[in-house]
Amino acid sequence: MSDIEQIPVTLTVNGKKVQRFVEPRTLLIHFLREELNITGPHIGCETSHCGACTVEMNGMSVKSCTVFAAQANGAEMTTIEGMANPDGTLSALQEGFRQMHGLQCGFCTPGMITRAHTLLKENPNPSEEEIRMGIAGNLCRCTGYQNIVKAIQYAAEQLNQPETQEAAE
Amino acid sequence: MNDMTPTREQREAALEGMGCKRKRVEDVRFTQGKGQYVDDLKLPGMVFGDFVRSPYPHAKITRIDASEALKLPGVIAVLTAEDLKGVNLAWMPTLAGDVQMVLADGKVLYQNQEVAFVVAEDRYIADDAIQLVEVDYEELPVLTDPFKSMDSDAPVLRPDLEGKMEGAHGPRKHHNHIFNWEVGDKDETAKAFAEADVTINEMISYHRTHPSPLETCQCVASMDKVKGELTVWGTFQAPHVIRTVASLLSTIPEHKIHVIAPDIGGGFGNKVGAYPGYICSIVASIVTGVPVKWVEDRMENLSTTSFARDYHMTTEIAAKSDGTVTGLKVHVLADHGGFDACADPSKWPAGFFNIVTGSYDFPTAHLEVDGVYTNKAPGGVAYRCSFRVTEAAYCIERGMDILAQKLEMDPADLRIKNFIKPEQFPYQSALGWEYDSGDYHTAMQKAMDTIGYRELRVEQKAKQEAFKRGETREIMGIGVSFFTEIVGAGPSKNCDILGVAMFDSAEIRVHPTGSVISRMGTKSQGQGHETTWAQIIATEIGIPAADIMVEEGNTDTAPYGLGTYGSRSTPVAGAAIALAARKIRNKAQMIAAHMLEVSEYDLEWDVDGFQVKGNPEARKSMKEIAWAAYHAPPPNMEPGLEAVSYYDPPNMTYPFGAYFCVMDIDVDTGVATTRRFYALDDCGTRINPMIIEGQVHGGLTEAFAIAMGQEIRYDETGNVLGASFMDFFIPTAVETPHWETDHTVTPSPHHPIGAKGVGESPNVGGVPAFSNAVNDAFQFLGNTHIQMPHDAWRNWQAAKNLGAHS
Repeated sequence: MSDIEQIPVTLTVNGKKVQRFVEPRTLLIHFLREELNITGPHIGCETSHCGACTVEMNGMSVKSCTVFAAQANGAEMTTIEGMANPDGTLSALQEGFRQMHGLQCGFCTPGMITRAHTLLKENPNPSEEEIRMGIAGNLCRCTGYQNIVKAIQYAAEQLNQPETQEAAE
Repeated sequence: MNDMTPTREQREAALEGMGCKRKRVEDVRFTQGKGQYVDDLKLPGMVFGDFVRSPYPHAKITRIDASEALKLPGVIAVLTAEDLKGVNLAWMPTLAGDVQMVLADGKVLYQNQEVAFVVAEDRYIADDAIQLVEVDYEELPVLTDPFKSMDSDAPVLRPDLEGKMEGAHGPRKHHNHIFNWEVGDKDETAKAFAEADVTINEMISYHRTHPSPLETCQCVASMDKVKGELTVWGTFQAPHVIRTVASLLSTIPEHKIHVIAPDIGGGFGNKVGAYPGYICSIVASIVTGVPVKWVEDRMENLSTTSFARDYHMTTEIAAKSDGTVTGLKVHVLADHGGFDACADPSKWPAGFFNIVTGSYDFPTAHLEVDGVYTNKAPGGVAYRCSFRVTEAAYCIERGMDILAQKLEMDPADLRIKNFIKPEQFPYQSALGWEYDSGDYHTAMQKAMDTIGYRELRVEQKAKQEAFKRGETREIMGIGVSFFTEIVGAGPSKNCDILGVAMFDSAEIRVHPTGSVISRMGTKSQGQGHETTWAQIIATEIGIPAADIMVEEGNTDTAPYGLGTYGSRSTPVAGAAIALAARKIRNKAQMIAAHMLEVSEYDLEWDVDGFQVKGNPEARKSMKEIAWAAYHAPPPNMEPGLEAVSYYDPPNMTYPFGAYFCVMDIDVDTGVATTRRFYALDDCGTRINPMIIEGQVHGGLTEAFAIAMGQEIRYDETGNVLGASFMDFFIPTAVETPHWETDHTVTPSPHHPIGAKGVGESPNVGGVPAFSNAVNDAFQFLGNTHIQMPHDAWRNWQAAKNLGAHS
């Protein structure tokens, strides 16, 4: 360990409260992956271009490679690990990615699904163009995006069905 | 039979075998963030390695002083070439028969070259320590232009080769020359050109780019000094080859090296070779006795581990006035950077570039490739293509368009006129290949009908007239590409990597209750092998794919194989899987005969079991046979039900396809918009249509990127430009066009299930389709050829140069 003074950070990740001491320079992505063993968010570029590290922080999509862990103090955070339904089944988005073949190597997938999760909260009925714009901060090298768009449309449809809404209420 | 007995169709559907759009088993873990990639691995006591890199592209190193870095708390070691010399690892052999510095030995040859390896307790300290390592450089003249590399006054890049006028592939004619590779009939080709009615001659460049999978190259090396065993987890497309190379270099016996490739976040050729990061991590673990992790950052990835392309192809075609081609002559100047680390089968210095005659019946051809050194990063990997096949496809597909222009013929008609005819297969090409099967005319006709090709040409003509009248500032291009690939390396008679023949393998074990574990020598990086390999087995032995587990990447458990790249998995390992499964079915037939008390010749296979001919009620399912195989085998038969197969393919496979791109370009902004892109692929037998379509989408997106803007450029002083995602074009969902896919099926006659491989076709065929669309759009303004990549700036320049702005 280096001599740099550590500062306390408290936050809620996937519904669980965590408290740690971190170096002020520790990036959120390293904090999640190495301190908390939350390895779903990935590192693809460290320059906030690829979005593989996307998490939801206080209701917004955030690229955790360009946020300090210290900035997340007091935050509510959701990562891909917190996306499944409470009973452990795949969420509509996760199921959509599987049904529509919206992933191949799987490396961008956690960030992509996490981004889509927030996107559908911002806009529950997005058009194809709005979906494409909405995920433009997340790069995929395998799929060409066409099936990712379909996956998000699948989830939007599922989530907008009346029975699903009732169940959620 | 009662009503509960499933029908034959129901039993077939339950297998989810070949041809089924089976959902991927991998997705369950990947959609939940439960993939296990290298960087997810955390071992007790693990430390981190990182590189000190050269800011200069060509310089002598006069001093390296790590003393300040070593004083930093948390720094464990700093390795330099001098340290590596102690274990004879300062240099490593490349796949192409050259040697490459692991750490700079007295000089550097490209910007960001590895100079020293810092080992520290965490990533942040390693990064701090890098800043504290002092290196003194003495700059040398820089060579970045491959066309100047063999000038008499060109700087000497490789003093280690001084006086060596014989390289790994024959004589060298200059101190920066690597090899000359010549194929074909020079005299016959010269004669064809002398007698030709029409000839073309164009220098067609395929620029330097990079595969850049979203996960960079990385590894964890762990040396257990007590057991004398080394374990390396890494992003390896070819784990067994890495194990063999590691054993040869380290002298650790091969059985004491465990190489494990866990989930891989995309490869596209980037993860085939061995890189200094792997070697340094292994040495550092041996030195420190603790596990060492090395993870490349994006800039390191783009600027050091394996570029692709950088081929400069002078292309000449001879033809009769009716369009019949009579000869092809190509000279390639291949820029290999500072070391020849090109990832090709060892006997092929320019890969399979001699597929450059393409889909056309050239009676004669001549090809020469000269490889040269420059002050650029080493590499030359097959970025989602078989070895140098995308370069070849681009060369011939641009060439055919240029010839059509000169002949004032339609480029689709010119292609059809010269296609190899269905009855000519197996077809011997002028440059030495035997094409296995093809029906190009049917594929082309289907594609042209679907896209409405003739109508598009009419529309284009009208738009050109409107442009000339000043009514529009938009021009329209139609890109035609009809490619033939050569994949599935390969037959041991001509394909090996450092002497290891390029077979592949499969092992299948049926458990007593009728479920299966199977292991292969390949390694998926997103291709979905866990899903598709199970489908082949399901069809062959009648056990549902859901009951078949596929495992790859662990060299201790998987049979030896050469890995996944060059679209070789389905042509080679896919065949091994089918043959291993057939061995199991043959044994099952004998067991079933014993169980039913008939001769095995009285039995016939029916979906998921054997039945007595003429008496289908008397049958045994594979599940029943599996139990009997262990507990009640016939007398004198070994118990158990498993098989291993190693497959040495008799030939390559030759997938093909017809691609059309319709593009509109604004001449005032240079912005190009892809209106339609239609891709018809023929990859022989289709194992999982959903996965094929996904692969085509992905490959087309890569082709779009490469053709329209993705480039690793160097300035004249050797600075690498474009080594971050800010500058290196990776299309987002916004720019990426909509893809239309289609297919025909022409099975490979020599492959057990007739499959040819598809993963790379869209990259190979897509690049010429895009580039031809751009060039076609500008043709009526007088254009012959514009070099890629066709970004808005270059399109704007082209418009300006052709007088469209006046």
